[in-house]
Amino acid sequence: MARATRSLTSRVVVGVLSLLLVGGVIVAIASFAYGQQAAKQAYDRLLLGAASDIAESITILNGTPMADLPVSAFQLLAQAPDDRIGYAVRGPDEQLLTGHAAVTSAPEPQRRPSNQPVFFDATLQNEAARFVTITRIFAEREFSGTVSVTVGQTMLARNAMALGLTRDALIASILAGLALMVLAIVVIRNAMAPLDRIASELLDRDPYDLTPMDNNVPAEAAVMVDAMNRFMRRLDRQIGSMRNLISDTAHQLRTPVAAIRTQAELASEETVPEAQRLMVGRLARRSRSLGELLDQMLSRALVIHRTDSAPRRPIDLRDVALEVVEARDHELLSPGAEVELVIGPDPIFVMADEISLTEAAKNMFNNALRHGTPPVRIGVSRTGTRASLWVQDAGPGPTPEVLSRMGQRFERNAASKGQSAGLGLSIVRAVAEAFEGDLTMTPTDDGFRVSLTLTAHEVPE
Amino acid sequence: MIRAAALLLALAVPATAQEAVATYGTGPTALMFRSTTDIAVLGPTIQAFTEANPDITVTYEQWGSNALYKLTLDGCQTGDNPADAVLSSGVHQMVELVNIACARPYRSSLTETLSSERIWRNELWGITREPAVMLYNTDLVPPEEVPRTRFQLLDLMRQQNPRYQNRIATYDIEASGLGYLLAFSDSIEASTFGGLLEGFSRTDAIATCCSAEIIKGVAEGRYLLAYNVLGSYVSTQTNDKIGVILPEDYTLFLSRAFMIPKNAPNPIAASRLLDFLLSDAGKAQLFMSGLEWQRDEDESGLPASSERSIRLEPMLLVARDQQRRSLFITQWRLTFGAPRFLTP
Repeated sequence: MARATRSLTSRVVVGVLSLLLVGGVIVAIASFAYGQQAAKQAYDRLLLGAASDIAESITILNGTPMADLPVSAFQLLAQAPDDRIGYAVRGPDEQLLTGHAAVTSAPEPQRRPSNQPVFFDATLQNEAARFVTITRIFAEREFSGTVSVTVGQTMLARNAMALGLTRDALIASILAGLALMVLAIVVIRNAMAPLDRIASELLDRDPYDLTPMDNNVPAEAAVMVDAMNRFMRRLDRQIGSMRNLISDTAHQLRTPVAAIRTQAELASEETVPEAQRLMVGRLARRSRSLGELLDQMLSRALVIHRTDSAPRRPIDLRDVALEVVEARDHELLSPGAEVELVIGPDPIFVMADEISLTEAAKNMFNNALRHGTPPVRIGVSRTGTRASLWVQDAGPGPTPEVLSRMGQRFERNAASKGQSAGLGLSIVRAVAEAFEGDLTMTPTDDGFRVSLTLTAHEVPE
Repeated sequence: MIRAAALLLALAVPATAQEAVATYGTGPTALMFRSTTDIAVLGPTIQAFTEANPDITVTYEQWGSNALYKLTLDGCQTGDNPADAVLSSGVHQMVELVNIACARPYRSSLTETLSSERIWRNELWGITREPAVMLYNTDLVPPEEVPRTRFQLLDLMRQQNPRYQNRIATYDIEASGLGYLLAFSDSIEASTFGGLLEGFSRTDAIATCCSAEIIKGVAEGRYLLAYNVLGSYVSTQTNDKIGVILPEDYTLFLSRAFMIPKNAPNPIAASRLLDFLLSDAGKAQLFMSGLEWQRDEDESGLPASSERSIRLEPMLLVARDQQRRSLFITQWRLTFGAPRFLTP
């Protein structure tokens, strides 16, 4: 058994998995960034809320800003229950009014333009922490100036929230990924099912069964099935022609060979030299006829084989006619017969196999020489989209009775005459069928014409 | 205006001095333990600890809460004279110390069992559970006048009954860290605090420094009523003339806070002490010393919903804020007048 390359299923699965993996990595990065951002915003708001609460609580008492530190501010900060807190309320010149001396407010330039809250990162007892500074401006009789409130908190809760959000998002996307994977497997199996069906159908098939397969399959697989069916049809046809050839050969050769054997036996027993010489002459004629028969049968087999297997090329019909004439077979078949080649200046192309065409043309030509009346003319012509290769003799043509049987495989018992078999026209007909053409026989004003007509092909570049 | 009485000898003692010292065990490992709790109260528990851990010798120093805070803060900032373990009733001071990173985290299966109000950052643990109660002299206060809630106490004080004039006592919040914490918690807990201050003013109530002095005064009949006294101190001093009230509107519960300073020389021994205090054996000892209050439906009519724990949380930093504290004390002083004597 042939070693299979990686299965389609595994290719698709690997593809889908890597897609999911890449997607998962992207989702992980995105959700981490999202978690960080969300936690930052959430806890920054708490800080700001606490700082605002404290700023609100500041009143001027005897010319000094006094913060009546509200519990609510610390309840806000307690949303991060395990984080340490630093705060400072500072008056003008950064002088500490209350709170932790270690907590400094945001740098003045950052606060200056709009007195908006300023968030900044710093440390609280050597631990990373996030701070906000807000500024409140007083213009009282007793006190005029700015008071800044800075509140900071370590980042345990922030980081925990960011991680929690990331983890939740990851869990969700892992679940989604698993669901997608299961779906993908189902879909892939479903999509691959026709292939499995085709495979099992092929396995179950009888080796001699060359009938077409059921092509009720998805379009992608149908291409394959069609190709296979075409292949099987060709195989079937070739096996069929082989079978025909064998049975024809057996049928056609048995009688002449038996006749030759009988005559040879008679000749060997003949004592009168004169009679023996006559018999040997007959024997020789019979053998030649048998040889011609064999030639024709083989050429027919060749034509049938080639029409199935040889690729089609653009062929100029004039070349075919010319080659037939130049082969000069007519000088052997009917010495002295007048032969005429009728071709024009323009090429006439068809898509076909040159050898098959030549074989067909030779047969048409030789038939005319053998059975017709000289002069024999061979020519090519084109009418619209149809291109014809024709052979015409000056005689009246065969009788209608013969005509009706012509082109069949056994249109007459070749052996009975001991001469060339009637295979010639059947070769022509086979060629015509192979290249989607017609074989027509028409009596004309000045004789009888046999034409092989094919679809014309435009002149190749 | 009422006079603030501050009459104990202890008040004259400098704030940096320790009040008492005791040594338990004879083991080779030294453990320096500083607490605001009376040695007489907590001593048996420490004794049990050294019996269970014979390799440890505990030096038990008893300090006032403000002095203990200052000493621990100095130890944190300069590294001088640090303790291995600190247990203080001034839990707001302890929260402050943890907040400025003076503590060392520790985690064990026993610390995990603490409820969230009794643990912060795995650096501060609430060991005890002691109610802040009202006391009265059972001989001198008629049963029908015994206040069950703060509202009844308010009504009592408003009646201008001469019997109570100058005979109601509470902590001086400047002198006592615990008194300040309880008063601060009251001010946050309910709006009755303003009324109470007004009532104290009307009856010329007395602010004094120490639990022992207050309890003694009630027992001797010098004071008829005392407000915001730690119940644990009372139960250890057997006196049948003292009645104890857990106010039914709400009762504050204090958990003394245990901390291992970050530069403790022997934190492992300290964590063993912590685990012992949280263990069943330790709890049993604390219960016997009256430091672990447990509900008893028959005895106290206190509804469970009235229990208010003073949570170990950063909110207590508010109590430590300089300006807030000064505003609060100013308000308090308006009621009780300036301290007549030097306060620690």
